Amino acid sequence: MGDAWIMNPVHLLPVGRDAVLVEVASPQEAVSLATWARGRALAADVVPGAESVLLDGVTDRDRLASVLDSWRPTTDQPGPRVELAVTYDGPDLEDVAEYWGCAVEQVAARHQAVELVSAFCGFAPGFAYLSGLEGEVPRLATPRARVPAGSVALAGPWCGVYPTASPGGWRIIGRTDAVLWDQARPRPALLAPGTRVRFRAAP
Amino acid sequence: MTLEVRHVGASTLVQDRGRPGWAHLGVPRSGALDAPAAALANRLVGNDPDDACLEVVLGGLVLASDHARWVAVTGAPCPVDVDGRAADFGAAIRLAAGGVLRLGRPEAGLRTYVAVSGGVVVEAVLGSRSSDTLGGVGPPPVNVGDRLPVGRSSGAPRPIDTPRPPVPGPLRVGPGPRADRVPGDVLDLLSRTTYVVSPDSDRIGLRLLGDPLPLARTDELPSEGMVLGAVQVPPDGRPVVFLADHPTTGGYPVVAVVEPADLWQCAQLRPGERVRFRRAARR
Repeated sequence: MGDAWIMNPVHLLPVGRDAVLVEVASPQEAVSLATWARGRALAADVVPGAESVLLDGVTDRDRLASVLDSWRPTTDQPGPRVELAVTYDGPDLEDVAEYWGCAVEQVAARHQAVELVSAFCGFAPGFAYLSGLEGEVPRLATPRARVPAGSVALAGPWCGVYPTASPGGWRIIGRTDAVLWDQARPRPALLAPGTRVRFRAAP
Repeated sequence: MTLEVRHVGASTLVQDRGRPGWAHLGVPRSGALDAPAAALANRLVGNDPDDACLEVVLGGLVLASDHARWVAVTGAPCPVDVDGRAADFGAAIRLAAGGVLRLGRPEAGLRTYVAVSGGVVVEAVLGSRSSDTLGGVGPPPVNVGDRLPVGRSSGAPRPIDTPRPPVPGPLRVGPGPRADRVPGDVLDLLSRTTYVVSPDSDRIGLRLLGDPLPLARTDELPSEGMVLGAVQVPPDGRPVVFLADHPTTGGYPVVAVVEPADLWQCAQLRPGERVRFRRAARR
């Protein structure tokens, strides 16, 4: 880390009257800051993005900068662990193998090799952008009109699981039976930001 | 106690003040687009500000009540009829047991609000009864044949002690996080451009037609959180004002943000109507 700890690692941007966008260096830092800010109730909505955290409905805007000065990114991810069983039979397995430069049979192993972290949600309720995979996979040039719920898919550096059937342009490598979104649960999103995710092959 | 839905027009949705606090899970806040109008309707019938009412696009709603109730119609002014007789707009009106309320088509504006004493008490989801048209959270759209449950009436109607409706004007805008994506002073540029409401506007966003804003760069940003009232500029340069059902994160730059107090106007603008922006006074 060297002397980096001396510098405040965040950059604040105004978002109208009631919100501030805090830029950070990575998805990991965004999750870390969002968890920290939520614990301190700095805003009504604390929304992590890929490299930022939106504080919407800031409770004390005058003091915000000095409060954020005391934040330091942490590398340990205190979020809950979730394991998802995947049947690797997606229609885009071959494309992904090509982009990853590996055999089709190796895609599953590579997908399971690392623990991913839910960085942020968007697109649909409970749709989490999971970070940690190596390499990038471009989106489909033409999105599919309907992607089934439970589809496990890749786009850019991200992995995602479709919580409900919807149109979608991510490349699908498999499917899971896990219920990603249930609004009747006290924690409706299975993969809320900060959640650590391991994929394994379904029996 | 129920309201029986006999007819619906273009769209009728249950809305309350929405469900802020869930954006980090990808859940839009939702809620009545013309919040002051919904608040006024609730107040007129003696409801709490958090009670749910009906948001009606271009009238056409017909309701029958199985109990005597106070109702109030606000927002886009439209002909109101109770049991075949003209009734007041913007006032508490009595609906007898078995009484039928009819809304005509508004002469101006888009969204009319109907509050009933006791509120519409469909099941709440994540703390709100609002229908979210983007993610499908909350109740489905109101349809013919629905019997909407109505809560216990909590207060007396307040026919006099009500706030005056806000006055329309240019949409006041403050700086957005990516104002530098537009060369020069984007608030000034927005203020000097006349826009027209696009027909594909909805509860997600007010889409504007007009001279495209010049963009210094058109590459997408890493996805970042979006706010209500965000003026987002896609690569075609035509701004979109994010309304209550907006996506919670996105990659197009937000160059300005509409003042919360002016957002109600976005609920009432019809396709083809003109929109002006004005720089908001600094706090």
